[in-house]
Amino acid sequence: MSQAFWRRFSRNKGAVLGLVVLALALLLVAVGPLLAPNDPWDMVQQPFLRPLQEAGFPLGTDTMGRDIFSGVVRGARISLLIAVVSTAVALLIGVGIGAVAGYFGGWVDATLMRFTELFQAVPSFALAIVLVAIFQPSVGAIVAAIAIVSWPPVARLVRGEFLTLRQRDFVAAAQLAGLSTPRIILTQVLPNAASPIVVMASLMVATAILLESSLSFLGLGDPNQMSWGYMVGSARTVLRQAWWMAVFPGLAIVLTVLALNLVGEGLNDGLNARADGRTR
Amino acid sequence: MPATTEPVLAIEGLDIRLPAGADRPLAVQGASLQLLRGKTLCVVGESGSGKSMIANAIMGLLPKPQVAPVAGRILFQGQDLLQLGEAGLRALRGSRIGMVFQEPMTALNPVLKIGEQIGEVFDAHVTLPAAEKRRRILAALADVGLPDPALLIDSYPFRLSGGQRQRVMIACAMALEPALLICDEPTTALDVTTQAQILALIKDLQHRRGTAVLFITHDFGVVSEIADQVVVMQTGRIVEAGAAQQVLRAPQHAYTRQLIAAIPHGQARQTAGDADADVVLQVQDLCKTHVTGRGLFSRGRQVQAAKDVSFTLRQGQTLGLVGESGSGKSSVGRCLVGLSPFESGRILFKGRSLLPGASGMRQAGGKIQMVFQDPNASLNPRQKIGAAIAAGPIAQGVPVAEALARMRELLALVGLGPEAADRWPHAFSGGQRQRICIARALALRPELLVADEPVSALDVSVQAQVLKLFAEVRQRFQLAMVFITHDLRVAGEMCDHIAVMQRGAIVEMGPTAQVLADPQHAYTRALIEAVPRLAA
Repeated sequence: MSQAFWRRFSRNKGAVLGLVVLALALLLVAVGPLLAPNDPWDMVQQPFLRPLQEAGFPLGTDTMGRDIFSGVVRGARISLLIAVVSTAVALLIGVGIGAVAGYFGGWVDATLMRFTELFQAVPSFALAIVLVAIFQPSVGAIVAAIAIVSWPPVARLVRGEFLTLRQRDFVAAAQLAGLSTPRIILTQVLPNAASPIVVMASLMVATAILLESSLSFLGLGDPNQMSWGYMVGSARTVLRQAWWMAVFPGLAIVLTVLALNLVGEGLNDGLNARADGRTR
Repeated sequence: MPATTEPVLAIEGLDIRLPAGADRPLAVQGASLQLLRGKTLCVVGESGSGKSMIANAIMGLLPKPQVAPVAGRILFQGQDLLQLGEAGLRALRGSRIGMVFQEPMTALNPVLKIGEQIGEVFDAHVTLPAAEKRRRILAALADVGLPDPALLIDSYPFRLSGGQRQRVMIACAMALEPALLICDEPTTALDVTTQAQILALIKDLQHRRGTAVLFITHDFGVVSEIADQVVVMQTGRIVEAGAAQQVLRAPQHAYTRQLIAAIPHGQARQTAGDADADVVLQVQDLCKTHVTGRGLFSRGRQVQAAKDVSFTLRQGQTLGLVGESGSGKSSVGRCLVGLSPFESGRILFKGRSLLPGASGMRQAGGKIQMVFQDPNASLNPRQKIGAAIAAGPIAQGVPVAEALARMRELLALVGLGPEAADRWPHAFSGGQRQRICIARALALRPELLVADEPVSALDVSVQAQVLKLFAEVRQRFQLAMVFITHDLRVAGEMCDHIAVMQRGAIVEMGPTAQVLADPQHAYTRALIEAVPRLAA
């Protein structure tokens, strides 16, 4: 099973590359503080240092003389943390609502789906801004806001999967055997819906990073945490004089999101056993 | 050589390669056959024997490059199809070679009208004025015996039944009067009565047009109805070939004999059930209505799936519910086990009245079990076999160790080794999966087993084994069984009593031997008439 998965996954060269980039990003999060000893908020050198101009500041400094390399490294931690946690929360809400709606159908389904559409009808980024503004910017508020705006597609997907899986005979057999409904949902139906959920989750982490960056860019990030979006945002006024201030954190965002998308595509190939034998 | 004896189709030493990692290197090995004008050649074999591969190779429909012909020739009217490019093949397909597929429900495009689908055949090969095209489409529809072609031509496929759709497919295939018609199990998905009609239609068209027919099937009953020549295939090799009568009467190869012996003989089984045994199930005036398409503003269409259905079933006895698809037999089965609610009537299980639907299921406490039709859909692909069988007893409060012991015992009973418990469903064949499903149902020590077309999706030879297993477990556990099937031959072998259903009502019921030998109702007679049987 897992062997076949890896064979299909590794056939997708882009996915392997994405996995390598992600591993590097995680490594950076783990050992980053050793490589970049400066506090990203401290003014440690003169401002507007170009990359490689001064030893110890490979990416230069920003308008206030803060070390950009330290910022990118520490920002990775907070960006990834927010993305992963908010995705987990969104999955929890989305899978829960989608599973209940799809399994029970009827008016339960209708009610839950109208509720879901309520969230889908509001532009998600505007909703996120409003939520963060209400809660006061903090890591917790940002995680909550991103989770709240990103669960509806998950609920839709899970509902669709459950609607069809629900009709399968093995569910009827489990009912006849006397298994309880939560047990049927968790042990019979959910494992069969897992692969599209996993693929979607990997893409959601990518969108969550973008959302977090966008919020920070607008100044709605946690003021105590250095993040990529904040760095790009604060560099925007001097973009023409000092390109490096925006480019390096921006590059970090692009690479991570791209890697996550590639991995998501690879997971799709890997988990789809029917793709076996098809050439890429 | 005179043109009349020249074969329409000749296959010489055909090898078809399978991708690496398949169960054998060649799907088809050294296949040779000849088909003359106006004759029917049946290719017979179990699923996986490579018979459909030959059909797809002729049409150039193999999933290249993984599966591709590697040796041999396919000569169609003297022209080697394997040397022909895609454009050359396209010119032949539809015009000179027609093909009919197994699944009529999915072979038609649901958003195109019937007339447009047949019209596409004309558009692809000839240029016709619109009026002439319409006239020929109408003629093609009338030719395959469809009622009211003028109305059908502008209908969408969903209005048609499976048999009618298969007729449309045949009209498409025959529209340009091809020299060769390939039928890939065209009647396997159909009821016996519809099957008989379709076979008669193919024979009739062939007779009128002189088309050569390559007919692929796993059912020797069908072979005896339609074939002039027979080719028997086993794991990619042709093991026997010859004239139909000769092969059917005096099969040479052991595998052919085995296939012929596996055909349900349809003779009534000797009733073993004790007439004084305890009554397990009593159904009184059961009514069930399906409502389809009900929305906020529409009332929907009502279909009566069960109309005053009544019967009694004793321990150790089997009742066969027989009828065509849509006769309501499966609905009755689902009501019995509590998977769908019923409106009125009573179901008495061991003297206790069961509530409709899920509450009735809880009352029965797992003592009513079901075996489903499609063994591929009735096992959870993400659950190991052992866990699937043991889950039921564990949910009913049996200690885990005992449930596991019971699971191993049942696996042995259905002829699987203990190592099967740790494997996934996809590692098993259809017949093995159906055995696993039987084991799963038996794990709960049921007193009533409802089997909903349990062998319809299986090959004939596998069918025989599964039926034997059913008979064994019925004997051993003194099970009462409701056996739902559309095949009277199977019902004859399995059941003590037969109830024939038509449009939701039981039209005839009685001991098996009596119903089969002396049918009273016209519908029963039609069903018996339609059963393909070996020419005596």
